[in-house]
Amino acid sequence: MTTAEKRVSAVANYVDERTGAAGWVKKSLNKVFPDHWSFMLGEVCMYSFIILLISGTFLTLWFDPSQREVIYNGVYEPLQGLKMSAAYASTLDISFEVRGGLLMRQIHHWSALIFMAAIVAHLLRVFFTGAFRKPREFNWILGIILVTLGLVEGLFGYSLPDDLLSGTGMRITSAIIQAIPLVGTYISFFLFGGEFPGVGFIPRIFTLHVLLIPGIFLAVITIHVMLVWYQKHTQFAGPGKTEKNVVGHPILPVYMAKAGGFFFIVFGVTAFLGAVASINPVWLFGPYTPGQISAGSQPDWYMGWLDGLVRMAPPWETHAFGHTISWNILIPALIVPGILFTGMALYPFIESWITGDKREHHLLDRPRNVPNRTALGVMSITFVLITLINGGNDILAVAFDLSINQIMWFSRISVFVLPPLAFVITKRLCLSLQRADRELVLHGKETGRLVRMPSGEFVEVHEPISEQKRFILTSHEQPTPLVLEDIDSRGVRRAGKFKNKLRVRLSKAHAVAIPKVTAQELKEIENH
Amino acid sequence: MRTVSNEIESIQDPGPAPHVLRATDVNQRSEKRAEQQVAILFALSGVGSLLLIYSYVFVAKDVFIFIPVMGNQNAQQLGLGIGMAMSLFFLGMAAIHWAKTLMPETEVVNHRHEFRSSDEDREDLIKTVKEGVAGVQLGRRKLIKRSMAASMGLFALPPVLLLRDLGPLPKKLLETTNWKSGTRLVTDPGDRPILASDLEVGSVVQVLPAIAGLSEDSEHFERPLKDIAKDPVLLIRLRPEDFNLTPEKLAMTHEGIIAFSKICSHMGCAVALYEQTTKHLLCPCHQSTFDVTRGAKVIFGPAARPLPQLDITVDAEGYLIARAPFSESVGPSYWERNSQ
Amino acid sequence: MKRLSRYRRHKAAAPLLLVIALLGIGTTFNVASATIKSATNTFDRSAAIEEGKQIFLKGCSSCHGLNAEGGAIAPSLIGVGAASVDFQVGTGRMPMADMSTQAVRKAPVYNAEQTAALAAYIATLAPGPMIPTEAQLNYERDGSTAEGGELFRNNCAMCHNFAGQGGALTQGKYAPTLMGVEAKYIYEALITGPQAMPVFSDKTITPAEKLSLIKWIKSAEAEPNLGGASMGRIGPVTEGLLAWVLGLGLLIAVAVWLTMKAR
Repeated sequence: MTTAEKRVSAVANYVDERTGAAGWVKKSLNKVFPDHWSFMLGEVCMYSFIILLISGTFLTLWFDPSQREVIYNGVYEPLQGLKMSAAYASTLDISFEVRGGLLMRQIHHWSALIFMAAIVAHLLRVFFTGAFRKPREFNWILGIILVTLGLVEGLFGYSLPDDLLSGTGMRITSAIIQAIPLVGTYISFFLFGGEFPGVGFIPRIFTLHVLLIPGIFLAVITIHVMLVWYQKHTQFAGPGKTEKNVVGHPILPVYMAKAGGFFFIVFGVTAFLGAVASINPVWLFGPYTPGQISAGSQPDWYMGWLDGLVRMAPPWETHAFGHTISWNILIPALIVPGILFTGMALYPFIESWITGDKREHHLLDRPRNVPNRTALGVMSITFVLITLINGGNDILAVAFDLSINQIMWFSRISVFVLPPLAFVITKRLCLSLQRADRELVLHGKETGRLVRMPSGEFVEVHEPISEQKRFILTSHEQPTPLVLEDIDSRGVRRAGKFKNKLRVRLSKAHAVAIPKVTAQELKEIENH
Repeated sequence: MRTVSNEIESIQDPGPAPHVLRATDVNQRSEKRAEQQVAILFALSGVGSLLLIYSYVFVAKDVFIFIPVMGNQNAQQLGLGIGMAMSLFFLGMAAIHWAKTLMPETEVVNHRHEFRSSDEDREDLIKTVKEGVAGVQLGRRKLIKRSMAASMGLFALPPVLLLRDLGPLPKKLLETTNWKSGTRLVTDPGDRPILASDLEVGSVVQVLPAIAGLSEDSEHFERPLKDIAKDPVLLIRLRPEDFNLTPEKLAMTHEGIIAFSKICSHMGCAVALYEQTTKHLLCPCHQSTFDVTRGAKVIFGPAARPLPQLDITVDAEGYLIARAPFSESVGPSYWERNSQ
Repeated sequence: MKRLSRYRRHKAAAPLLLVIALLGIGTTFNVASATIKSATNTFDRSAAIEEGKQIFLKGCSSCHGLNAEGGAIAPSLIGVGAASVDFQVGTGRMPMADMSTQAVRKAPVYNAEQTAALAAYIATLAPGPMIPTEAQLNYERDGSTAEGGELFRNNCAMCHNFAGQGGALTQGKYAPTLMGVEAKYIYEALITGPQAMPVFSDKTITPAEKLSLIKWIKSAEAEPNLGGASMGRIGPVTEGLLAWVLGLGLLIAVAVWLTMKAR
């Protein structure tokens, strides 16, 4: 043994005698992770979280989370002598007096935007490939918790600097809370420490933003990643890959190098954005006071769809018995997102109810092979895109010479019309792609070369695809629709007649597919 | 659930394609070149770190340099940022390039084990739990069960109670503003009282209620922000014939001057966009539009109630004053609000 | 003379004569009209008013009426003052080309001297806001940037956006950007309230306060983007777009490269 090896083994011995870690470390280092670029989206989320922790901690060293009024006396001339909260003043100091302060502020904010974007992309990847199926339903729910927490954390984060834009967001938040029947005003007064804007809001959301929510995040992310670790990552179907194995690179050295390197890439790209792209120039917005507002006030993108929903909501309120219920706030800000997120969280169970599939799944679906699920996903994306666009309707109106009134009406109608349309189109597209796959397997790839036959006929030469590709295109499962007899073998009538009818119908729709090429058909083609 | 892909009909797994070696696996020159590339990437990372250090120590905070497309940029900020970005990014690139080209790329197969515990383990667990629960004997110990339930119930209350002092109770706070009968309208900023003749037709001005004891030099008096969240009023002057109001609403105007709360009845943003040509007020947050000639009636957008109108007149010296406080709560709706 | 007539039938003769004729007419016209110009350069007020009236009748009366009394498609100009004319004509908004939504700033049709003449004429119709003088526009000396910022956010940001980049109004109207607008025009817009913009009379925003406003606008215009490229200074919409396109896009590109087999 070399000296280095002797030293390392001495340390390892020391630790193992006290913890028994050798067995666990051995198992871990032998784990493999399959390689696909889309599997790295979750890593972008995780690394962004770490970047947020690091840059955020830097900021807390100078930020003063207080609504106490101060007179600005710093270097930025256009705000000299103005009254503002200590939170805003300390944000200005971080931006102008602390070297690297503005950079870190920008890295923190860009990282938050990328974090949420990566979460959405990761969620979509998991959804479209069916990675939420058994045994990963619980991990999916943890993921929905994480995306919800992310929304709230981001909201609190961009409210902390207390500039005109953040304060406007706080106003909206207080109005939503206030609109809750029975307890709304109490919750609002308690959270803000009195009437809006209160004196307690910024210090309290600071505690939530810096301590409580990151703590919950850490715990949930740890369970989320440990589950992936323990249950092993899913993989796409392919030669040599089955439901009972995982094929990939071992942790040491390749995966560690690639994944570790990717952390620095994510940090580097975020830092690059922080260096060259200005974000949230609080000094231009000015300190928050409730009597001011800027044209084109929007929240950060991941809240923009909620803003769009609120903008397009019909002006409904109920005024009865000396009380008011603001449907125009409750529906877009609480009820619709509540339904959406609950639906998302329950989806694995809904789909397994429809298909009756109770088996484990470790091989991923190609989206085209599950047309119903893919169409549902595209429908949801369409819905969110329309609301997001409406959230920026005044910016769009100025940029493209349009009328906000027209955009609003367009959004109100298309939010009902376009998603079902997107569903139908996507489903048809998936089926067409399945047909194209069939053609590829049976007849091979078109080469574009034309050959003239002795009979005078022109044919295009097709190149057969590789065996491996052929396997990938035909290894997916094609479920048959559920059959539920009304009366079972022992003469007992099945309960829940309407529920069962619905289930069977949904299952039939879910099973619509182009039959894949069988071994027989392939043989026939080869022989002729 | 049955599937159609039973193993006989489905196309069989042909096994992975034969492994293709990388250039760096077979070619010594390729290998050397890859090594050099990794070294260059590490070096670039080092350059980035040096740029960051240089910018931090030597570049002054007020130096600006011109970058094409981006315009004048703060040199220190750019130097720190690009330096940091380079040092991180190229470090990552170096590690990845090293792994891709030089580290062994053979793929390994792990086997998945069934998660389900063995039947034996399950039965043992059931036995252990049953014995443990039986040991508690809650079923037999009714006195313990009842007293425990009662104490647990009480136990849950203090944590909630301890949060009571987070804030005052709403009570009537949302219903009152600083506008009282006789309060003068003053400019914001400046706190100057306003004569009716100060406003031209088509002009708009934001006003606040005059506060007793306010000196000329408003530096020394600070209106709390919670007052500014309810007090601002928009004063607009039209020609009297432009109004289309009920007699009682018309009586609240003065010579074509009408006053509305500036706080949107939807979610509380400042409604300040006044369009002189259409006589509409637009709230920029969610595009609620209010028609001033019809008493700030909502004509577009999600707001459900018109803006509260302030009853104004002039005092003996001709300055505009409020004749009475607002007759309804200002700002967004809430459960206890009587909006009828 | 005989030498010239030798080239009478040269094929270049006709085109050359045409060019000489055109040059001659053009030069004569320029000289002639220049004479008229130099007359008004001595700023004979009554001549300016008369010129203004002529320009008005030719270029404006079709919409604004022969006596500037207004009509169905254009408002009355009686009492709008010289400042309104200087603003609208000087920024090219008037004469209005596209009647659809609102007057758009474009290259002015009339030069400075013609604009002054028009303004002088309209000013005679009834008293109205006057064109501010140089002395009245010394915002560097008489304005305060910080006060201007507060005034801007109180009175202007809701239409023109926090950084003066412009914003949307209803039905396709918009408040234009304030970047690159002369101080004189900002002042005139404040006192005349062009189109949808309300009037900010001198009693409610004093002349000194107006100068502070202008000083802040100019300082925002001159201020470089302190954190990097700004994407328009319009807020989270463009920032979110960049995060997806450049941020996530770059990262996905690297992820694809990372998982590709090396050659």
